Amino acid sequence: MKKLIIALTATAAVLGGFASGASAQEKKKVCFIYVGSKTDGGWTQAHDIGRQALQKALDDKIETPFLESVPEGPDAERAIERMARSGCAMIYTTSFGFMDATVKVAAKFPDVKFEHATGFKAAENLATYNSRFYEGRYIQGQIAAKMSKKGLAGYIASFPIPEVVMGINAFELGAKSINPDFKLKVVWANTWFDPGKEADAAKALVDQGVDILTQHTDTTAPMQVAAERGIFAFGQASDMIAAGPKTQLTAIVDTWGAYYIKRTQAMLDGTWKSEQIWDGLKDGILTMAPYTNMPDDVKAMAEETEAKIKSGELHPFTGPINKQDGSAWLAAGEKPEDGVLLGMNFYIEGVDDKLPQ
Amino acid sequence: MFEAILLTVITASTPLVIAALGELVAERSGVLNLGVEGMMIMGAVSAFAAAQLTGSPYLGILAGIAGGALFSLLFGFLTLTLVANQVATGLALTILGLGLSGQLGESFVGMPGIKLQPIVIPLLSDIPFFGLVLFAQDLIFYLSVALVIGISWFLFKSRAGLKLRAIGDNHGSAHALGINVVRVRYLAVLFGGACAGLAGAQLSLVYTPQWVENMSAGRGWIALALVVFASWRPWRLLAGGYLFGAVTIGQLHAQAFGIGVPSQLLSALPYAATIVVLIIISHNRRMTLINTPASLGKPFVPDR
Amino acid sequence: MRLELQKRAQVSTLFSILSPLLALALTLVVGGIMFWALGKSPTGALYTFFVEPLLDVWSLHELVIKAAPLILIAVGLAICYRSNNWNIGAEGQFTIGAITGSILPVLYPEWHSPMILPLMLVMGMIGGALYAGIPAFLKIRCNTNEILTSLMLVYIAQLFLDWLVRGPWRDPQGYNFPQTKSFQVEAVLPEVLDSGRAHMGIVFTLLAAVLLWFMMRFMLKGFQVSVLGQSARAGRFAGFSAKNMVWFSMLLSGALAGLAGISEVSGSIGHLQPTISPGYGFTAIIVAFLGRLNPLGIVASGFVLALTYLGGEAAQLSIGISDKVSRVFQGLILFFVLSCDTLIHYRIRLIFNPSAATAEAKN
Repeated sequence: MKKLIIALTATAAVLGGFASGASAQEKKKVCFIYVGSKTDGGWTQAHDIGRQALQKALDDKIETPFLESVPEGPDAERAIERMARSGCAMIYTTSFGFMDATVKVAAKFPDVKFEHATGFKAAENLATYNSRFYEGRYIQGQIAAKMSKKGLAGYIASFPIPEVVMGINAFELGAKSINPDFKLKVVWANTWFDPGKEADAAKALVDQGVDILTQHTDTTAPMQVAAERGIFAFGQASDMIAAGPKTQLTAIVDTWGAYYIKRTQAMLDGTWKSEQIWDGLKDGILTMAPYTNMPDDVKAMAEETEAKIKSGELHPFTGPINKQDGSAWLAAGEKPEDGVLLGMNFYIEGVDDKLPQ
Repeated sequence: MFEAILLTVITASTPLVIAALGELVAERSGVLNLGVEGMMIMGAVSAFAAAQLTGSPYLGILAGIAGGALFSLLFGFLTLTLVANQVATGLALTILGLGLSGQLGESFVGMPGIKLQPIVIPLLSDIPFFGLVLFAQDLIFYLSVALVIGISWFLFKSRAGLKLRAIGDNHGSAHALGINVVRVRYLAVLFGGACAGLAGAQLSLVYTPQWVENMSAGRGWIALALVVFASWRPWRLLAGGYLFGAVTIGQLHAQAFGIGVPSQLLSALPYAATIVVLIIISHNRRMTLINTPASLGKPFVPDR
Repeated sequence: MRLELQKRAQVSTLFSILSPLLALALTLVVGGIMFWALGKSPTGALYTFFVEPLLDVWSLHELVIKAAPLILIAVGLAICYRSNNWNIGAEGQFTIGAITGSILPVLYPEWHSPMILPLMLVMGMIGGALYAGIPAFLKIRCNTNEILTSLMLVYIAQLFLDWLVRGPWRDPQGYNFPQTKSFQVEAVLPEVLDSGRAHMGIVFTLLAAVLLWFMMRFMLKGFQVSVLGQSARAGRFAGFSAKNMVWFSMLLSGALAGLAGISEVSGSIGHLQPTISPGYGFTAIIVAFLGRLNPLGIVASGFVLALTYLGGEAAQLSIGISDKVSRVFQGLILFFVLSCDTLIHYRIRLIFNPSAATAEAKN
């Protein structure tokens, strides 16, 4: 036993000889912090693809270290501060739950530029960025109304936060613009990430008669269920066509890369300013996966709507819109302030669910 | 529609039942292995990888079983050979399994999975209603039923089962009777690992044919709860597993019907139901005491 | 070849000290090989894991923040486990403690009084204790297994918190995002030193550890815990009540978990949100056993485990070792520590020739 230990210790010493000295680095560090695993197939993976695009575009000027699977809570503050201390010139914090931690650390490191995804608290050196996912969901709603025989779609939702509620409403609005009687069933999975539970929710919705599925959770499990049951579905965050080659109509694809390149370049050039940015389809921060598995006229309609949203001709939330209980929300032609959308906690007419309050 | 719901319930319950059955046998021999979640996820990743590499989901099943069993050996070595604390070792096994599976499975993320196809049993599957639900299922479901029957017979009707229970009830006297306590416990732990691995294979080949990190999402813990819930009896375990599955699926359906109850409350239902049922069955004090393996979790070292 | 254990006549003091060192040596060797196989510098990686986090003041503060709740929960659990009560639902008691402790700042944000903080802490402890009281009550009255009930109650507590912060307790000014208002200044646990953000939670933690160590070592209550834990029968003959012990140990561990919960929310987070714990309640179980269920040992094991978390992060950032590898490494450490502890109670002999061994056994 003793000999063994001595032998192993010696081996360790030899191995230690391979230790390399830290190489001198000229490149600026642009750091990312993820809430999930970078291969989660959904939200975090989309951010990581954005990071890779950034690394590729500015390869000679920057490096992009990251921390993955950081829980939202006290660990987040430590992780972000560690990045700031390790010499990151710019830090992207890619989950809503990192908001307060980012604010606290940003206050301590005035020279580091911070960018927080989907939050609402900004500072001199802290910008926020978000994507108008609802634009894509509106298009999905229109396609659903065209493709559904029953006029009934199922929505697998994660948690009742404004972002998700906004998406549900945008989907229903899109659908109603084609079929005023279109109904939407919602199931809250209370998780972003549990393939089994997402599949169960999808099956429950299909068993209750929906013939189109859409999801605001991260895995491809609902797409697989739709494929098995022979109905259509929409992908979320990433192009999920591989999970349903004959099933996916389109997907909202988060394409953060363009945004990351733009903002990082600004930081390198010294032109970076703190802003509260909410980009949409026209800015390329989200794109629609190819319109597949649908007749040409539906595809043409989807493309037309996409073009109109890009040009600013169409705002998905344009009155008249009633709330779920039938009371008026927006008058004809009226459009809501961004702040109202970002805090949305009510359904519009036609959603067949009671919003958890 | 009822038929379809039942099929969903079966798919959701099968991995719970299988993993719990394995743990039941281990616990009957007196070993408490809290590492079910870790063994399950190792089974899931092994099964998915093997199915991808060979193109055969059946080889995937074998790999899942092997993966879970091999991983459980680690637990066996620590707790049986080195008599380390079982609770702590089990928890550590779960940490290790979640990390290791994530690392091993990294290159398989996002690949379209290979689904294990149902085996339709001729004639029987023509029976109205029950035929489709019970006789047009995949191999793993049939295995789960066979396991319940087999384990029930083994534990209560076979000599070897009697030995195993004797060890779980009092390893000291079992040893005095000349039974090799450690060997039997190793086999029980291995069996538990194999079952957890098979349950993992069900996750990545049937339930949701794909591989993502952490895809077991706490099902190993529920399997552990089921064992106690069933007071260490296989048939009760089967019933409990399906009850749990039914409540989980039922709450999703209740939501889809648009019942205005907070979804968190509905999500909490299966757990609350488990507690309530547990209170009801454990109220009968004698019944539970008879079934509880008395030396559960206690270390054993043969003295000579 | 096989391994055989021989029980030592008494606990080996030598190996009580040597075993952690041996575990460390094994971890360094195996971990080094693992990092080398992954193409990373073994010394660099091990240095980042174990040494770097100890080198600056900021990091030490973070270490304390991470270790404090683990230790506080684990010392309570240790008493439970020593008395043979299997509370594995500390995560739920942590959550409920955080909720009940937050009632005052959430409902009375305008109340600026120095009274608020002590009241919050007490309410947090009461909340945690009451929640642990459920499995205790069920165990005593209905003979229900506490492992299962306490575990199930974890999920229920987490969903309850989720509902609260998304519903009734949501900050009206927060764009309907799921969190409460930030606590008023008076409701935030002060920092211990000016040099970093480690808060008073560590003081409660160390206090609890020392008090419980004293109790186990010198007080009748501690003796009762050990006797009832080893044999309920023996305890009955000594006139100790097993029922009272269930109450005592469960309520104590619940109260400490609740205190950890409200300390964490008040000291580190500053408001309630859906996720307030990265699994402290479960990790604390490992900490308790690594510390051999001894309150002072737990202080040490809590810091070691916290170190591996910090080191894992550092390694991810500076040398690109993924969080999965960090978790594998963490698992390895736990396995080595657990297996080396065997040496304290047993002599290990490697037997190369089984038949010779049998012959020897017959002598």
